[in-house]
Amino acid sequence: MSMAPNAVTLTVFLGLFALVTVVGFFAARWRAGDLSELHEWGLGGRRFGTWVTWFLLGGDLYTAYTFIAVPALMFGAGAPGFFAVPYTILMYPLLFVAFPRLWSVAQKHGYVTAADFVRGRFGSRELSLAIAVTGIVATMPYIALQLVGMQVVLAALGINFSLNLPGFGAVDMPLLIAFTILAFYTYSSGLRAPALIAVVKDLLVYITVFAAVIFIPAQLGGYGAVFDAVPEKTLLLAKGVGSNLGAEFAYASLALGSILALFLYPHAVTGLLSSSSRQVVRRNAMILPAYSLALALIALLGYMAIASGVRTDPQYAAGFAAFGNNFAVPALFLKMFPAWFAGLAFAAIAIGALVPAAIMSIACANLFTRNIYKEWINPNCTNAQESFVAKIVSIVVKFGALIFVLELKSTYAIQLQLLGGIWMCQTLPSVLLALYTRFCHPMALLAGWASGLIAGTWMVSQLAFKSSTYTLNLFGLEVPCYAAVSALLLNLAVSYGLTLVINAVSKPVRRDETRPEDYL
Amino acid sequence: MGLGTMNLDKPPRRKFHPVYLTLLLPYIALLCVPFYNVIEPTLLGIPFFYWWQMLWIPLGSLCILPVFLRGEGK
Repeated sequence: MSMAPNAVTLTVFLGLFALVTVVGFFAARWRAGDLSELHEWGLGGRRFGTWVTWFLLGGDLYTAYTFIAVPALMFGAGAPGFFAVPYTILMYPLLFVAFPRLWSVAQKHGYVTAADFVRGRFGSRELSLAIAVTGIVATMPYIALQLVGMQVVLAALGINFSLNLPGFGAVDMPLLIAFTILAFYTYSSGLRAPALIAVVKDLLVYITVFAAVIFIPAQLGGYGAVFDAVPEKTLLLAKGVGSNLGAEFAYASLALGSILALFLYPHAVTGLLSSSSRQVVRRNAMILPAYSLALALIALLGYMAIASGVRTDPQYAAGFAAFGNNFAVPALFLKMFPAWFAGLAFAAIAIGALVPAAIMSIACANLFTRNIYKEWINPNCTNAQESFVAKIVSIVVKFGALIFVLELKSTYAIQLQLLGGIWMCQTLPSVLLALYTRFCHPMALLAGWASGLIAGTWMVSQLAFKSSTYTLNLFGLEVPCYAAVSALLLNLAVSYGLTLVINAVSKPVRRDETRPEDYL
Repeated sequence: MGLGTMNLDKPPRRKFHPVYLTLLLPYIALLCVPFYNVIEPTLLGIPFFYWWQMLWIPLGSLCILPVFLRGEGK
């Protein structure tokens, strides 16, 4: 790319990046604990109070990729991209009701992962393994997408130079350096590092967002002018025609399915379990929507990008050629902000990639260590061994994601992440519903999980992995539905149906180590 | 509570209270998409589709508040 780095923008960016690096390493000493224990390294000792949890989950759930991709979708497709807003509103009542139960039972029995809970609740190693593997496989492309978000910013800064490394070809050096630093402080500080960095990151994000939504429309002639620039056809969702329920139904199903998937993701569970009490979880359900407001405003940046005319500006042509619509927000910032403030905004996005990448890799490491290594490979491992394995896995996972992004096209990461959400949703009967009922037999849950996984993947493959809204034909009605939701319905039908069959032919022994009062 | 009073068939549950129904309001408001998939009325030049959904960000939090306060006293 031919974009020349701006000295002021770059200095501000590098200064802030250096600051969070120091914070990341310092984090090991913050509320110090014995980091050779997994719950200390991987859950921050379950000591995070309301505000730290707020920053941690905010940094965790609203990722850098979201900040790039949501406005990019608005920029390219219009109204359908706004589904992120109802989605991030509707997840909180569910979080408020269900997650204090998970927190309590995890605290009581020392569970570190959702798969730990499933192991205890159903006494089934196989089901627990299925949950753990789903979590790891779905999270890996999510980490890769954080790198994609970072790549876009580095390109906008003009510092995406690459070197030829033997065996790897051209490697984007700043990306490699940033991720190596991240890998080291995650290794040494565990979950404390992203928790502290999230504070810096979120302050930067809020400053950027509020400056952007006041400053940019003022220059463009107000919000009316911004919305006038959006093509009329994409300003609203397309209405259904004839027997087709249309984009409106797809919009609702996408919001609903995304909620169900999000809180089953390992990084969400890790963030929630690191809080110091169930009261902290309850409070966060009320204060986390502040991030949804930021997200809605960020989504509107996509429209501001349309109004600002960056798409036809020859200055940014190279960026759009390399990154497509994902370049819309960086281009908008470069065009509308003073140089120093663009540096701050880019730092917000890049650091915004580090926080979730760290938490996701820690969550994967927790899953691998607890539910694969300790359960299947080395049952007699010591606590120190367990923690050591987790630290190593967190590094392996990050570099796996890095190689993925550098060696394969980023579209694969996007497609895999699309599938990841659908797969995650299939753990709902075993995790979320299990907080309320253990009616289902673990083998039936396993069969339901497998059928949901296969059906969901098949539907998306029918759409050539480009979309996740598969149109079902039901009694002459065409229903465009998010594949995660329709696959989940099949999953539930199989889980419950098969349980009824198993109960009819035998009297299965329940091996549930949890008691009803553990959840309260 | 002595062990003798524990009834394993009926697990202890937080009793359902009508206040929990407020948690359903955001779902009704945001899943009825055809209701808000319109331009008018606009607010400061922002079409209804956008400001209605953004309005439910604070309202969503407010809907949790009564249930939260009920639990806080215990």
